[in-house]
Amino acid sequence: MTTYRAQVRVWLKPSVFDPQGNAVEKALLTLGFAGIEEVRIGKSMEFLVTADNQESAEAMVDRACRDVLCNPVMEMYTFTLEARQEA
Amino acid sequence: MKWAVIVFPGSNCDEDAQQAIIRVTGDEATLVWHQETSLADYDAIVLPGGFSYGDYLRSGAIARFAPIMKAVRDKAVQGTPIIGICNGFQVLTEAHLLPGALLRNRDLHFHCKMVELRVETNRSPFTAAYQPGDILRIPIAHGEGRYFADSAILHELQEDHRVAFRYVDNPNGSSESIAGILSKERNVLGLMPHPERAVADFMRSTDGAGVFRSIHQYVTEREGAHAH
Repeated sequence: MTTYRAQVRVWLKPSVFDPQGNAVEKALLTLGFAGIEEVRIGKSMEFLVTADNQESAEAMVDRACRDVLCNPVMEMYTFTLEARQEA
Repeated sequence: MKWAVIVFPGSNCDEDAQQAIIRVTGDEATLVWHQETSLADYDAIVLPGGFSYGDYLRSGAIARFAPIMKAVRDKAVQGTPIIGICNGFQVLTEAHLLPGALLRNRDLHFHCKMVELRVETNRSPFTAAYQPGDILRIPIAHGEGRYFADSAILHELQEDHRVAFRYVDNPNGSSESIAGILSKERNVLGLMPHPERAVADFMRSTDGAGVFRSIHQYVTEREGAHAH
């Protein structure tokens, strides 16, 4: 068994208006950050997952994303897995 | 008839719904804790407003996994009228009992005010007491009420006359001004406005009473039909 650190990123689909991103973008422009655009705000989640191997850990995290962490009606996700270093 | 009002940790319109049911219909209305597993004794189910599980992750996302939700699903299949109000609507979409999702209001404001709704169909257990085109004054109170669905779903809702209510003046950026929708079988309704807050003169509107009256009439007529 190996323990991995999973990092999941969830954000709104491009077709969905993101009012938070829009407000932050306007604030950035007001503060003089010219050239910043298409601000999108999402969520980042982290957890440990223990599985036989990388492949089954990936399958588990993918299922967790689809069933719980992300609502595919409005959101998309990506994740990375990194084997935890033994102390 | 007997009503169940489901109580999740963080529900806060449960007692309002219970009192509205009693006031409008005179029926028995019981608060049912989310850890319960059976709803066999009830003829109508209410998922009330509030902030179940603090709206953690997404509104309604955690409540969907509560033990009671399996019973809610069973009742939906059996044809029992199920109404999700505000957070209850969010729970029903997360549980896939209704299509689409509810997103942060377009202007980021939490809107708590009286709005006007147009009744789009009276072919449902929830709207039979109204006429299509009726304008109702019913309050909203939400920060995440922007109804979103892809164009195929919006088209289907329109074709099947499953949009129950639309806002006269869209307060939150909802697709096609949608305020409430019906399931395919028409026995599940989700809506963001609070009909339980419009059932008495002191509430400045009694227009929400028709929702509870419609459900009562639907169930008692159905029971009558079964008895013969």
